[in-house]
Amino acid sequence: MDSSMTIAEAHDKLAHREVSSTELVQACIDRIEKVDGTLNAVVYRNFDKALDQAKKVDSAGKFDHPLTGIPYLVKDVYCEEGVQTTACSNVLREKNYIPPFDSTTSKRLKAVGAISIGKTNTDEFTMGASTETSCYGVTRNPWDTTRVAGGSSGGSAAGVAAGEGIFALGTDTGGSIRQPAAFCGITGLRVTYGRTSRYGVMSMGSSIDTIGPLCRNVEDLCIVTQAIAGKDPLDATTGDVPVPDYRSELKKGVKGLRVGIPKEYFLEGMNAEVEASVKAATEVFKKLGATVIDISLPHTKYATATYYVICPCAVSSNMARYDGIRYGHTADKPQNLLEYYECVRSTGFGAEVKRRIMIGTYALSAGYVDQYYRQAQKVRTLIKKDFDDAFRTVDVIVSPVSPTPAFTIGAHDANPIDMYLEDIFLTSQVMAGIPALSVPCGFSKAQGSVPALPLGLQIMGAQWQEATILRAAHAYEQATEWHMKKPVL
Amino acid sequence: MTQLTGDQVRHIAKLARLQLTDAEVEKFAKELTSILQYVDMLQEVDTKNVQPTAQVTGQSNVFREDVIRRDGTSADSLLSCSPLPLADHQIVSPSAHG
Repeated sequence: MDSSMTIAEAHDKLAHREVSSTELVQACIDRIEKVDGTLNAVVYRNFDKALDQAKKVDSAGKFDHPLTGIPYLVKDVYCEEGVQTTACSNVLREKNYIPPFDSTTSKRLKAVGAISIGKTNTDEFTMGASTETSCYGVTRNPWDTTRVAGGSSGGSAAGVAAGEGIFALGTDTGGSIRQPAAFCGITGLRVTYGRTSRYGVMSMGSSIDTIGPLCRNVEDLCIVTQAIAGKDPLDATTGDVPVPDYRSELKKGVKGLRVGIPKEYFLEGMNAEVEASVKAATEVFKKLGATVIDISLPHTKYATATYYVICPCAVSSNMARYDGIRYGHTADKPQNLLEYYECVRSTGFGAEVKRRIMIGTYALSAGYVDQYYRQAQKVRTLIKKDFDDAFRTVDVIVSPVSPTPAFTIGAHDANPIDMYLEDIFLTSQVMAGIPALSVPCGFSKAQGSVPALPLGLQIMGAQWQEATILRAAHAYEQATEWHMKKPVL
Repeated sequence: MTQLTGDQVRHIAKLARLQLTDAEVEKFAKELTSILQYVDMLQEVDTKNVQPTAQVTGQSNVFREDVIRRDGTSADSLLSCSPLPLADHQIVSPSAHG
């Protein structure tokens, strides 16, 4: 059976008894066994448990919810009771940290009968834009295995693109859902900060972390978001804001929708194919009856610098818990407690995690906190204000997701700043706490040994307006065929 | 322009409970300097009279009822995650005094 179907298609087959959940799960398992030796998207295989669950779902025989019996993949930072969860870091991997509880999202998906079949690869503790900092090694892009799948949710994106799961969960702190979705030719949604619960998902930047879905199309994003969104008493930052029926919102179309094009996202000398694909997408919106309006988001160029202060400051605090006392990596024969901490952390963390811990420690240390952290928080206010102003005249804003298509493995090894600049179009939304998604909008031209690579369109909306950007993306998707293309493996 | 010395990197590492080799100190001094020089662009932004943002959706002081929940994770299952020996429901850690 072809496992690369959408949730809606799979649900239809389940509901009509054309296929069982066990067969669906087995199809994904077969696919993982066939292609994951090459891709390295799935770092923990939870097959026995998944098949058990599928049998139960099949014998109950009720497929009322669109996610019942649907196999999915989940980024290795979501805690699942009894399932090893390592954040792809040696600090947890060595002792195979097995959480005794479920993340709220895992719990909500379990409650409707969705089936987790494996943990996906990520940059260590989600710190990266290429899945290269994982202790399990890089995830390869299904469209060209010499290239990265993006990151940090690279395993989730590659897994969905390759048909290893019907959908996947990821996290987006600085672009980690949107960029890998674009690199792998699928769709991914970063929700409004606080739209989904962070409870039980390992933290990187607590004021900017979001958790969300990666899917084959926009309708599927709606289905998953519907199931996981909403207030959670276990995460005080979740918003008490009504969750609309996302799928029925799609029917409204985009006639009269005001689409903003921010001039700051189209830089001199930028990749011509990326620019052309987004310009072509705006023409599609015009044809569908939307109004396209040029706008300005003047503080855009400061967003990535703001991000690389605020995020490491949070990292230096959030990583403090990995001290070898309550879980994870340990050290032999230390002289005293201080030496124990230092030994555990120095041998457990990789270079990018150490870099961010040290940048954050420095930026928060006495004498520097106003210069770095406080100033970044003030610039954050200005970036947010740019969007507040813009959303008075437009409903959605469109831009590229990434300055280039997927880059080759190792391309940014020499200089960490080059990797940081991969996020240049993805950090403003983070600072403003707004939702944004990535939807396929074209392919680069094949050249010599380099095959055609997927390109992504970013669509942003005002806080809590996921329904609006999903509607815009769905209308675009219906008018184009980019999302139908599948990599050959 | 910000320039970190090896001694500063050693000091930061100590604060962060990280041990670095001399080669790492040299590498991180270079890399952290380049990151700090990049984020130095924030200094040019006029933020006079701008309030800092910590919580972006405008929430503050989120309260809940102070009630004991019995449906949470048990203390024993949490303790069992520790790599260190347990004694009387406590984790036995290395001594702070050596």
